[in-house]
Parts: sequence; C-alpha cells; structure tokens
Amino acid sequence: MTMNSCQPSLVALTVDGREVSVPAGTTVFEAARAAGIEIPHLCHHPWLKPTGACRLCVVEIKGARGLPTACTTPVAPGMVVQTESERVVEARREILDLILANHAAECLTCEKAGDCRLQDYAYRYGVARTSYHGERRQYPPDESNPFFYRYHDRCIMCGRCIRVCDEVMAVNAIDYAYRGFRTKVATAYEVGLEESPCVFCGNCVAVCPTGALQPKLSVGQGRRWEIHKVRTVCPYCGVGCSLDLEVRDGERPRVVGVSGGDGPTNEGLLCVKGRFGWDFLHSPDRLTRPLIREGDGFREASWDEALDLVARRLGEIREKHGPHSLAGLCSAKCTNEENYLFQKLVRAVWGTNNVDHCARLCHASSVVGLGMAYGSGAMTNSLADLEQATLYFVIGSNTTEGHPVLSLRVKRGLRAGAKLIVADPRRTELAERADIFLQHLPGTDVALLGAMIHVILEEGLENREFVAARTEGIDELRASVAALTPEYAERVTGVPADLIQQAAREYARAERAAILYAMGITQHTTGTDNVLAIAALAAVCGQVGREGTGVNPLRGQNNVQGACDMGGLPNVLPGYQSYRDGGLRRKFEEAWGPPLPTGDGLTVVEMMEAAAQGRIRGMYIMGENPMLSDPDLGHVEEALRSLDFLVVQDIFLTETARLAHVVLPAAAFAEKEGTFTNTERRVQLLRRAVPPPGEALADWEIICRLAERMGYPMSYAGPAEIMDEVTRLVPSYGGMGYAYLGEGGKQWPCPQPGHPGTPILHREKFARGRARLFPLEFRPPAEVPDTEYPLYLTTGRILFHYHTGSMTRRARGLQAIRPDPYVEIHPDTAAGLGITDGQMVEVASRRGSIRLRALVTDRTAPAVVFIPFHYAEAAANVLTNPALDPQARIPELKVCAVRVRPA
Amino acid sequence: MSAVALKEQELKQRLEPILVRHGRAPSGLIPIMQDIQAEFGYLPREAVEEAARWLKIPLSKAYGVITFYAQFHLKPRGKYVLRVCLGTACHVRGGEKVLEAVSQELGIAPGDTTPDLRFTLERVACLGCCGLAPTMMVNDQTFARLNPQKVKEVLAQFAES
Ligand code: SF4
Ligand code: SF4
Ligand code: SF4
Ligand code: FES
Repeated sequence: MTMNSCQPSLVALTVDGREVSVPAGTTVFEAARAAGIEIPHLCHHPWLKPTGACRLCVVEIKGARGLPTACTTPVAPGMVVQTESERVVEARREILDLILANHAAECLTCEKAGDCRLQDYAYRYGVARTSYHGERRQYPPDESNPFFYRYHDRCIMCGRCIRVCDEVMAVNAIDYAYRGFRTKVATAYEVGLEESPCVFCGNCVAVCPTGALQPKLSVGQGRRWEIHKVRTVCPYCGVGCSLDLEVRDGERPRVVGVSGGDGPTNEGLLCVKGRFGWDFLHSPDRLTRPLIREGDGFREASWDEALDLVARRLGEIREKHGPHSLAGLCSAKCTNEENYLFQKLVRAVWGTNNVDHCARLCHASSVVGLGMAYGSGAMTNSLADLEQATLYFVIGSNTTEGHPVLSLRVKRGLRAGAKLIVADPRRTELAERADIFLQHLPGTDVALLGAMIHVILEEGLENREFVAARTEGIDELRASVAALTPEYAERVTGVPADLIQQAAREYARAERAAILYAMGITQHTTGTDNVLAIAALAAVCGQVGREGTGVNPLRGQNNVQGACDMGGLPNVLPGYQSYRDGGLRRKFEEAWGPPLPTGDGLTVVEMMEAAAQGRIRGMYIMGENPMLSDPDLGHVEEALRSLDFLVVQDIFLTETARLAHVVLPAAAFAEKEGTFTNTERRVQLLRRAVPPPGEALADWEIICRLAERMGYPMSYAGPAEIMDEVTRLVPSYGGMGYAYLGEGGKQWPCPQPGHPGTPILHREKFARGRARLFPLEFRPPAEVPDTEYPLYLTTGRILFHYHTGSMTRRARGLQAIRPDPYVEIHPDTAAGLGITDGQMVEVASRRGSIRLRALVTDRTAPAVVFIPFHYAEAAANVLTNPALDPQARIPELKVCAVRVRPA
Repeated sequence: MSAVALKEQELKQRLEPILVRHGRAPSGLIPIMQDIQAEFGYLPREAVEEAARWLKIPLSKAYGVITFYAQFHLKPRGKYVLRVCLGTACHVRGGEKVLEAVSQELGIAPGDTTPDLRFTLERVACLGCCGLAPTMMVNDQTFARLNPQKVKEVLAQFAES
C-alpha cells in the first residue's frame, strides 16, 4: 500500500476566521465542529447520513452562490466559511419562521422544553412566533402504543426518526406519507406502531429534536432543568449498554427517564428494555424490609433480627451436618464485587465450594468447552470489532431479540456487504435476512457443524498454515468427522446436504468470519460438544485471533461473565484459578485467612438434587430465581421446600423468595455502586443514582453484615475497596481498579494499572498455547419425540421480557405489550391438531403440563414448538428436561419432547 | 368493508404476472403500482404488501409512495365515478347543495364508495365547463345545471343497468 491510499490527504480551510485542516471528503459541518464551532442543525445527526432537509445549517461560503447547507457540502481547499454572517442569520430566522408556521409551540406544557433544539434556536435567533397565519397541519396525537406518544403537531419533518429506523435499526416501521401540507410521519396504512414491525427501541425518540416523540413514562415527571443524569450500565442483557439515568431530586429522588450513554458498547443506542424497562425500580412491589416466615406468611423484621436469625440457623446447620450441607447461589444480576464477596463467604467462612449461579444454565458449556479448546471461556472478540466481519455465522442465537443492540452491529456489517449464515430451529429475524438459512432440528448441532468441518477438510478449504502452526489434534478431528458426511447430517438435522456444503465453503473462504452463538448451542446435554465443534470449525479455518473473526458466545445476563470471573462457580476460585493447584490456593488462603475447601462443589441442578435428598440443608440465594429459571420446576420446588433453612435476598418477592424462611431486601442496580462485566469482557462502572427503597441494602453490604455475624469480619469502605482486593488476586483484573477503568471501562485481561485492556483474545497464541481440536461425535438429545410426546419443545427469550420476568413484568410498557405467555406452533401442525391461532392449549411433557395460548406461525418448524420461559403462570420449565451435559453440568433446556392439545 | 373482498387465491393469480413482468428492481415500484391499479381498479392492501415483499421494499416506504401520488387509489372504486364540481362558478351556483344531495342519496361521504361498488363520490376543483354550472360528471358524461331534484333523476339512470 502506498502512503497516499492509507492516509487521506488533508484539506485546509477557514471557518469564521479559524484555520482548520480536515481529511478530504469531510463536510463543512464536520470541519466547523473540528474548529470548535457548532453549526445550528435540526435534521442532521451523527448516527445518520446527511440529507439537507431542514436547511438550518446554511452557511456563507466565499465565492459560492446562495447559501449551501453545511451538513451536505464537502470541504474544498482554501474555502472561506462564515457560519453566522448577517445573511446566514437572516436565512435561519426565515427558516425557523417557516418551521414554526406548522408547529404547535406549546412550550409551557411540552415535556421537551429546556432540551428542545427548536426552542433553543428560536431563542438564539429571537424568533418568538411565526409570521405566517395560514392553516396549520392538524393531526391528532398517536397514543396507541404503550411506550411513547407521537404529537404530529410538534413534528418539524426533519426525518431523523424515519432515518434512524431505517439506517440504524433496519426496521423501517415508519416513513413519510401523503404530500405537501398533509405530509406526516406514519406507519404503512397508519396502523398503530404495535401492529407495525416496530421493536420500540425508542432510538427515534432519542433523536427527535423536538417534543414530537415523548416517552409515556416521563410525562409529568418534572421539567428538564430539574433533572440530572447519572451514567451507569443497563441492568438487563450481556451487551452492557451504557445508559444515563435521568434523576429528579427531592425528598425522594426518583428515576424519571433513561437515555443512551455513548459508551463503546452501544454508542448511544438502546433497546426497548434498556430505554423503557426501568420503572420496576419504583414498583410498589419492591421489598423494603427484611421478612421472616411465620406460618404460611411473612412478618416484617429489623435487619438485626433477620441477620441474627440467618447467622444462627446457617451456623447450626453447619455445626450439625458439616460445611457441605450448605450451598449458595450468587447472581449474574449482581455486581462483580458482590459475587466476589458471596463466594468468599461460602468458601472462607462456610468452608465449602458449593457455590454456583445461573451461568450454569446458560453458558457453562462455553466456559468448559472454550476453556478446553482455547484456554479461555469468553467471547474472543469485541462488539465494535464485529462490524469488521465479512461473514457472520449465527447459530443458536436469536440475536435481534436476545442481544438487540449487538444485533445492530451485525446489521451495520450486512449493510457494508457482509454475508450472513444463520442456523436455528426457528426462522428468526436474522434468518429472514440470511444468505443461507439452515433450519436444523433442536439438538443436532454437532452433526451440522461436524458435517461443515467434513466438507472443509475434504475439499481442502482449511487454513493449513494456521492448523499447522497454532492447533493440535487435526488428525483425530479428521478421523472423527469422516463419518459426518453432509448426507448423514441431512438425515439427522433435516437440512439439505447442499446447503450444508454451501455454508461450509462460504465460512471457510470468507476473509473474516465471526461466529456468534448463544443458548441454542449451550443448553444441551451435548452443550460442551457443541462448543468444541464451534471452536474446531473456527480454528480449522483460521477464523480466530483477528479483527472481525472469532468465536463469540453472547452472554445472557448483564453480569454473567463477571459472576463467573469472580469465582461464582463450584470448581474454581476467582479468575478461574483452580483450588487444586496448591500454590494458587495458598495465595487465596493468605489473603482470606482460613484454609480453603478442596473438594468439588455442587452445581445448580446438583444442589437441587442434593436438597431433595437431604444432603443440602441450608441455602442462601442472592438475586436468583430458580423457581422459574431451572428445569423441571416441580422438582425444584420439592427440593427447596425440603430445606431446613432457605434465605433469599432479592429486590422482589420472587417465586423462590416465597419459599424462604428469611427474605432480605436488596438494592437494585440504580441504587448502588460496583462493576458489571459484559459479554465482551468489558468491566464497566455502575453508579448510584437514587437511594434504595425503605431499608433495602446493597447486596455487598448485606453479605458483609452476615459474614461478621458468622464470625468473619468483612469491612470495606465500599465496592472500590472490594475491587482493589480482586485486583490483587485475579491477574486478568489486575488493572481494573476504579481509578483506571475510565468512562468506557476496560476489557480483560488487563493485568496492571494503565494497561489498555484486551479487545481480541488469542492473537499471537491461544491462552492455552495451541488450540486443541477435539474429535467430534454426534449424540442425540436426552429426550426426543416419540408417539406419546410427538413434538420437540424448545424454549427461549423474547425481546420484551427478561429472564424470569421479575423486573420486566413490573415494567408497565413491557408488560403491556407482551402480557401473556404463548406457544408458537407451525400452521400445519396446528391444523393437524385442530388448533387455531389464539386458542388455549395444553402443553405436556413427562414432567408436567401448562396451559397457554397458541400462536400459529411458520417461524417455527413443523416438528418444533417454542415457548418463552419468562412467564410464571405458564412456566416453560415445568416441562423441560433436567438431564445434564456430563462435563458442563448444564441442563438440556433447549430440547425435550412434548404433546400439545386443545385445552 | 366491501361485500366482494378479493379472495386471496384470486388476488395472487392476478398479481403474479404483474410482478414477474416487472422484475425485482426497486425502481419498479411505481410501474407495478400502476399495473396493479389497472388490473384491480385500485390498490388492494394485500397486493401492495405482496409487491413490497417482492421488491424487498419496506411497506412503510411503499405506503409513502402510493399516498404521495394522487393517481393511486387505496380503496376500491365504484363502477361509476361521480365528480361534483366545486370550482368558483359551480360553488356560487349551489355546487355544495348538489354535492350534499348526491352524498345523501347514496349515503356516502366524498371520497367514499358505496358498499355495492356502484358509485364513488369525489369533489373536484373545476371541470372546465363553468357555463353549465353547477355540474357533475359521471365517468365521461357531463350533467349540467343541476339541482337536488335533478340529481335524483341522474342517479336513477345509473342505478339500474
Ligand atoms: S421505536 Fe425503533 S423500531 Fe420503532 S419506529 Fe422508533 S426507531 Fe423504529
Ligand atoms: S417526529 Fe421528530 S424526528 Fe421525526 S420527523 Fe418529526 S420532528 Fe423529526
Ligand atoms: S441491548 Fe441489552 S444492555 Fe443494551 S439496552 Fe438492551 S437489554 Fe440493555
Ligand atoms: S442540518 Fe443540514 S440541512 Fe438540516
């Protein structure tokens, strides 16, 4: 490459007398910004391509005719630009006058007043009112959807909402309709947004320069100048979007809104949960005082009484039945600091390794499988870096709904010309956009992936250099996939052999191919094998260790990565350091004091088993809801009820908390400090915006108080000090002290203060040296359909709810838009069973049955039904199979056999 | 809405040749819409949806385009299109009364079509025959110097046959 082609030449110009040099192709608008001058603008926005619609950004350019719009005019050498000349100001006044002619200037009651661009510019240029007195456009407001209003009479037709819905979201729910005076922003056929393709990301609301789009939750909650913003992290999914909580101070400070923070994960964008799902914070259902069981109910108690009781009962059980009769579940929803303290309590104070959390149910297979193959169980690449891919292979991930803001990166990549292969039993939104869609049967991933490797090796498409230099075990792999021919895979998976071949070739030949996967891969009795197959596929093709490539497990919960990193697992200490390694164990013993247990702890599902058998007698559950999240709920309930003592610490009285002897009220994400680690290993700071309700306390404080009562003082001034301890014990977190995290956070490994963090793993060598290629063998799921239970059931998440719904189902908008459980059934299957859309049906498995409505749709395959697992009233996990993956001990939540009939 | 809603099957059969003829280039949207209108007399919603899918154009965009042009009709049109003139001359000589009479007689508002798809009522700015005001056109035929009584007679002519 020559110097010229990689360094665009600079153009020098003057803006308002200031000299500035910018790369050729920059617009005058951007050049002015580079010179520190903000040109007034209404239609332009950094997320969007300039259109020149509003004309407010006009400037005077020496020698040019008329007044060009700065946002669409490219710079030229020697340009002399004036941004506030008399002519410019005159023109802007006229433009504002015209805009106001069609704008209901109701600033007295408009929520946007104080943060409205139109108001700002009218003030700045002294345009008090319009001088036009014709008819004004009159359309009634659209109030139909649960999230936001559209006030047509405040719309200035800048088109930002339309373009963000198109260019950023690729949803295209809205466009201009009609013409001239009657023009309005509308959905097709003017149906309500809830009947359009709209996903309620609210990014249109965020970019609207006026008060035309208003979140319903914020109406009447305070004027803009009474509100300040607190930068923190979204509490929902593993994408870890940065967001600003809008807080109104007063006697009881309240969150009154949310806007996107321009962090490196999301660059200001949000999804519906992040933007409109925060009102659970102020729900009347929040727990505000400790509760102690009394008969069938609870009574309120003081912290002293409740904690004394917990310490005494757990102590007694430990005394009588030994340390291994106790078990704890920490939480993928709590901070790193809290998870660290929790496992420290279990290990150092109780003396057992019986600590686990719901990562077991989502990505245990990734942690184990990628650990075995590459030496590190995390996402290899970064969110931003995903945009560099020339091909995406998305398998077992409904990215658009599960990781919405991350899916926007994929869409950006697609727009730039990348190819897309999707493998999923359901025709997901991404599948609709795919170049190749492989609709395989649930639980047949190894056959599918193995056949792809078969094709690649047989046709010599592997990356020989990479295989030779950086992997081991190619011969064993080759031998094992010899039997996994595309024809065999076609019989097992239901995917035509030639599609499998095509997909294999495309993936192998792509310049930069990124694999994205989620629970469709991991939640199987073959979860570890599935992950090993993915790891092998990527390694064989050399699609790892570079930008735009990699094996990217998309972590579910906001801090599931962190809870694992902090040792919330029964087989490793913080930082995945083995307690079997004497040196490592001693490091922790020196830091913590007591000798540490060395026997393997129990995993989530095993704990339930042990509780039912009386081997576990006491449990402490922090921020988890196994009564909805775990497989075979009937059994879970039996197990929890048979405990001598159960403590549940949460923000709501969840299905699990109802079974507890003591319930401890915890602070929610907006009410405490700490850090979350997102799916790309980025550690980000959480900030306190409002106080917790009533007497609720941050989880870390509760753990400290309890530990002290159990004879082990934990005294920390705050989460920062807890993190300091972590940095001394966990090498990959060595540089994660709060002072070094910075605004955007850092990605581990970050071994010492000042280290920039690591966006891409396995660059020069794999964490374990060479990537290990494991032989592959296809095993069918533990339970497959038969004559009695003839259909596959697969479960999953939907966009509008989260996990067990304890938060989202208390968020008014989210609950309003998806209030009820449903089961997706293919039209042919439904017809065969005499089931029509919307009808109540009974779905039964060998373990139980639930009643819910049928949603007849060809999104699912004829042999497969799908149920979202968020709904307690028809819990999918009543049906699911607790059979475990032998290595990762993850249950097979994605496949079991069911029967459906009209109810 | 209409008693003779198009059967899905029939719609598909009549639509397909139009789509195939024009191919999938997004620029084909307007010609396709013109042909659909020629075929069905208006733009059935299902046909627009199908065409948008075919062209891989967002439905919101297609809707924007068809509402932008006055030539496109989103609702079925009657066999007889009544255009009541409300140009200055007609207006002065009682055009509004004529319109009102037609509207009452047929039980529909301007812009609408009778459920039996016989009549569509429209108001127009000027038909260009001010000497005959107030006037109305029924398809290509012009009726002059109308009053509410005459309206009834004119409509009666088209009610049968
Ligand atoms: S909320 Fe999102 S999807 Fe819906 S119209 Fe706005 S930008 Fe489009
Ligand atoms: S609603 Fe807002 S963003 Fe959309 S066109 Fe109107 S003013 Fe612009
Ligand atoms: S994508 Fe995930 S982290 Fe981002 S706003 Fe949505 S739920 Fe929150
Ligand atoms: S900001 Fe440049 S034309 Fe609107």
